[in-house]
Amino acid sequence: MELIAASRIVKAQARVHAAQPYADGITGVVRDLSAAGAGASSPLLVARETVATVAHIAIAADRGLCGGYNSTIVRTAEHEMRDAAKAGQRNALITSGRKPEAHFRFREVPIDASFAGFSDAPSYEDARNIAATISQRFLDGEIDKVQLIYTKFISAGRQEVVVEQLMPLDSSDIVNAESTGQPQADYEFEPNPDTILDALLPRYAEAKIYAALLNAAASEHAFRQRAMKAATDNADDLVQTLSRVMNRARQDSITTEIMEIVGGAAAMADGATKADEDLLPAN
Amino acid sequence: MSFAVQLVSPEKVLYEGDAKYVSARTLGGGDIGFEPGHAPFLAALQTWPVRVLGTDGSELKIACHGGFVQVDAAKIVILSDVAELAADIDVVRAQVAKTAAESALSANADDRDAKAALARATTRLEVASA
Repeated sequence: MELIAASRIVKAQARVHAAQPYADGITGVVRDLSAAGAGASSPLLVARETVATVAHIAIAADRGLCGGYNSTIVRTAEHEMRDAAKAGQRNALITSGRKPEAHFRFREVPIDASFAGFSDAPSYEDARNIAATISQRFLDGEIDKVQLIYTKFISAGRQEVVVEQLMPLDSSDIVNAESTGQPQADYEFEPNPDTILDALLPRYAEAKIYAALLNAAASEHAFRQRAMKAATDNADDLVQTLSRVMNRARQDSITTEIMEIVGGAAAMADGATKADEDLLPAN
Repeated sequence: MSFAVQLVSPEKVLYEGDAKYVSARTLGGGDIGFEPGHAPFLAALQTWPVRVLGTDGSELKIACHGGFVQVDAAKIVILSDVAELAADIDVVRAQVAKTAAESALSANADDRDAKAALARATTRLEVASA
């Protein structure tokens, strides 16, 4: 299982990289559009004055056997929800993966929506489903802020739980995003910047969720590999200790047996000489 | 003269190559063609085949179901959540979808889902037949 997880990390990592050009492209387009002055009033970009409800999207695994991967996400989500409750905000919880869903269901924390079955290899379709659920409620004003809680895959040796704001989209994120190299050009737009932006922002949110899902998947495999390596090492240790105990016990019993035989033989030899003496004529 | 064309879907880069001409249909409804040296241009696309004319004169059609196109003097990037090359298209399925959409439309001419489905199926069939 350690080896399976190890080979899957590589694949998951390749998928994170493969998704990068699209995310970069979308970010670039959004940046060019905002440079052109579009979207000053788009509900997806403007922060609400009063935040009454915060939605948390907790992304973890469908299965266990991956060390602290699921519990860290669950703990972070609980922490975030406590903080929001303290600030007088209502919480909405969306889970991705069976483990966090089971955790919160067992504790009777209301779950607004849950998604499962794709944690180790998410597709864009899955991200789209999650985005569709959230965006509608966000645009209806039911939710004022959405944040993603997931494990970012930094390298095979390092993964970090991060809390990222998804909606309203952080415009500083977009403006500060690395430029693709060319200087900002004066674009011509068709039909017009606002229409393009309206079509684009949902895609941008989907791409962000997709990136989070892919990162989470890669992290899950990394955690699983480590957990399984630890389990294998521990099992090896156990085997060694237990074989020593067993060998010692066997050696003990053999020693005892030999002692008994030797003792018995000696006693018999003693007895025999005595009997011989008894049989000798007494003269 | 040529420019670099990149067709990017969320999951991976579907196509990368050099071309001398690219055409697409924007959300406004008009077809637009790009040649190298085009002024910077940004548009939202309709469900419609994107045509790429390679430097060697070969023609490639891509079924683009919505998306965006970003054009610079030396580069053109098409971002699409769903895009297919001719080889990836299931013609039989597209035929079935087209028939289903047409019958749905004849029952209710305002069915937006059916209209979208019809546009997708027609685009796919056109790309696949090329």
